[in-house]
Amino acid sequence: MREVEVVIVGGGPAGLSAAGIAAQAKAEVLLIDDGQHLGGQLVKQTHKFFGSKEQYASTRGIEIGHILEKGLEGYSNLEVWLNSSAVGDYPDGVLTVLKGERLLKVKPKRLIVATGASERMLAFANNDLPGVYGAGAVQTLMNLYGVLPGRRALMVGAGNIGLIVSYQLLQAGVKVEAVVEAMPKVGGYWVHAAKLKRIGVPILTSHTILKAEGEDWVEGAIICPLNEDFKPIEAAQKRVEVDIICLAVGLSPLSELLWQAGCRMKYIPQLGGYAPLRNRDMETTVKGVWVAGDSAGVEEASTAMVEGRIAGLAAASSLGYEVENTDGLKREVREELEMLRRGPVGEMVREGAKRALI
Amino acid sequence: MRITQHPILTFERGEKVSFTLDGMRLEGYEGEPIAAALHDAGVKVLRRSISLSRPRGFFCAVGKCSSCLMRVDGKPNVRVCMEPLREGMKVETQKGEGEFVERG
Repeated sequence: MREVEVVIVGGGPAGLSAAGIAAQAKAEVLLIDDGQHLGGQLVKQTHKFFGSKEQYASTRGIEIGHILEKGLEGYSNLEVWLNSSAVGDYPDGVLTVLKGERLLKVKPKRLIVATGASERMLAFANNDLPGVYGAGAVQTLMNLYGVLPGRRALMVGAGNIGLIVSYQLLQAGVKVEAVVEAMPKVGGYWVHAAKLKRIGVPILTSHTILKAEGEDWVEGAIICPLNEDFKPIEAAQKRVEVDIICLAVGLSPLSELLWQAGCRMKYIPQLGGYAPLRNRDMETTVKGVWVAGDSAGVEEASTAMVEGRIAGLAAASSLGYEVENTDGLKREVREELEMLRRGPVGEMVREGAKRALI
Repeated sequence: MRITQHPILTFERGEKVSFTLDGMRLEGYEGEPIAAALHDAGVKVLRRSISLSRPRGFFCAVGKCSSCLMRVDGKPNVRVCMEPLREGMKVETQKGEGEFVERG
């Protein structure tokens, strides 16, 4: 069994940021990721980020992943395990890791869970047919592997992910027949919706999908307007000819390890589901277990990076490792986080974060 | 179908390799997930569900949803959205819970 000072599970924006700062503080760090590459979901995000310079505004997600990964170079106190899934956290603090085909035991002194989020499903008839995809999966297939999911798409959900992935489908040469959104107005930023509108993609608010049609894969979809009580007006349903149904109906924190570790969890709708209670340093109710990024509550990659730095700094400093001016830096990153959540767009997350704070 | 032209992205692809799906010869690029090569070949049904034998395809692309489990070189329940493609792989549509078979 291997003992390590700081183990970070998840090599996305939160985990990379945590690893970078903890390594800088000279803690011994092991970063574990189940994929073939670091960067998490940044690797497929071709759009440019908003925010300020500190969060790489107007840089594409793909490039941010590379920048964060580069930041880990040259640290002899940092090790990265790819193709490795942290599959269990045991009461004696042992973490089991499936590395390739070998099951290894690791005992972290400090654990940072940065496992991200998973896509939500939506209930409709035949939602299990091949051709129904999570929006993130379509993004991965197109932007990472360069393969088209099909020719004609229906997007379900007009939040930022639904709008951005619709635009990326168009960029890859797929026709987007429509975007349906159950709410009476578009949930994502107007700038993303406007790009679709200019191209002539209909964004149908107060609409939903009732059914996927097809024998062995999707050949069409039945969509339908909703009344004020979100009940389908079935008489007004219509069929769209599509071979892709893309679901962008939100994300939920991937929190299995946190549950296993015994962290106190709370159902917080504003954060996408069950989220761990934590203090301002992102430490959970279990001493020595930190959380950062979407696994702490679904938000943005920019806030994930900041939370990762907070958790990385705190975990390292709890072992006696400091960077230059740790306290000043802590204050600085906390301010960054507050700034990112400012304004009407951040209202929901602010409320969620407040409810998770202990 | 491969994306050949893209306004932002260029795609670095590995060596071309061949593999089989249920005995049928297909081509893909080394190192890409098996599911990407299958998608390129227009293969959407990856397995049949355990109870009702319903078709299952590519859903999450990050190894979390279990929709894409196939038998690869005799080993069942391989997540083909994650598993890198290699020359000569023997990929089979999985039915039911999946069983081990002799390596071919």
